[in-house]
Amino acid sequence: MVETIEEAAPDRGPDAAPTKTWGDWVRFVLRGVGQILISAGVIVLLFVVYEVYITNYFAHEAQSKVKNELRTEIAQGNDPLGDGRLRLPGSKAPSVPDGTGIAFLYMPRLGADYAWAIVQGTNDADLEKGPGHYVGTALPGQVGNFAVAGHRVGKGEPFLNLDHLQAGDTVIVQTESKWFVYRVKGMQHNNIDSTDSDGIPGREIVSPSDGDVLDAVPDHPSDSTPTERLMTMTTCHPKFTAAQRMVIHAVLWKTYSASGLTMPAPVKALYNTQGS
Amino acid sequence: MYTWIWRHLPGHVSLKLLEVLILFLALTALLFFVIFPWIEPHLPINQVTVPEHK
Repeated sequence: MVETIEEAAPDRGPDAAPTKTWGDWVRFVLRGVGQILISAGVIVLLFVVYEVYITNYFAHEAQSKVKNELRTEIAQGNDPLGDGRLRLPGSKAPSVPDGTGIAFLYMPRLGADYAWAIVQGTNDADLEKGPGHYVGTALPGQVGNFAVAGHRVGKGEPFLNLDHLQAGDTVIVQTESKWFVYRVKGMQHNNIDSTDSDGIPGREIVSPSDGDVLDAVPDHPSDSTPTERLMTMTTCHPKFTAAQRMVIHAVLWKTYSASGLTMPAPVKALYNTQGS
Repeated sequence: MYTWIWRHLPGHVSLKLLEVLILFLALTALLFFVIFPWIEPHLPINQVTVPEHK
């Protein structure tokens, strides 16, 4: 401490300054304001770094844990979904614990290395582990609407490139005993934004409060008797905002029975055509 | 503020620079691992779900 005073004193003269003039005070205040603004700018930039990189790091850690667990389950022939739903001890309603991996998701359009474990549940903690299944919606392959939410920027960003999907692209969902191949709707007019004859488009941009897209018959809330086996994915839109939601609807195209972890050959072949 | 901190850091300029770096990294870590995760859920930037009809 002694050194400090010795070094600082001759250069700057610590508190021995004479009475401050009006100009000194103006400079003092302006300098303070300037420093606060610069600091705030740096903090905002750091927040962007956090959002785009740091959250990804933690999400990928969490996702690989879920993936390994699900892989082990499938390799051992255990389906987290059971024949319908896993029954928790002591619970009346059959359910899967939130945050548990339930199925694998592949989209050939998004690359051969695109593989995510879908977890049960869509609260913040679930979605930090991976795309989350809306608990009240259908299960993979069921009649109705198997709905999944996923982050678009940060938090692992599983749905970052969901806007690259085109009408007819395949979306593959692997469970313990079945591989479900869905195709993105809008196929009738070969335009993902167009509506098929059932009144459901391949892609729609909706307001954040529009829960109708998750209905068993999406966008037709009064129609409660589903006949199609649909899949719906939701994410934020545009990127970096929560102003809207991008919603992708797909319909079940083919189902392959296969246990174990190996991708069936016909599913693998979908990658040769970029999934369309 | 920064002038005050700089004046009160012990040691010669090179040592002060090192101290500033450490202080900056410590502050960054505090922001990344404590403050940002805490405020983030309250910001309207990363919501990806729509309400489910019960």
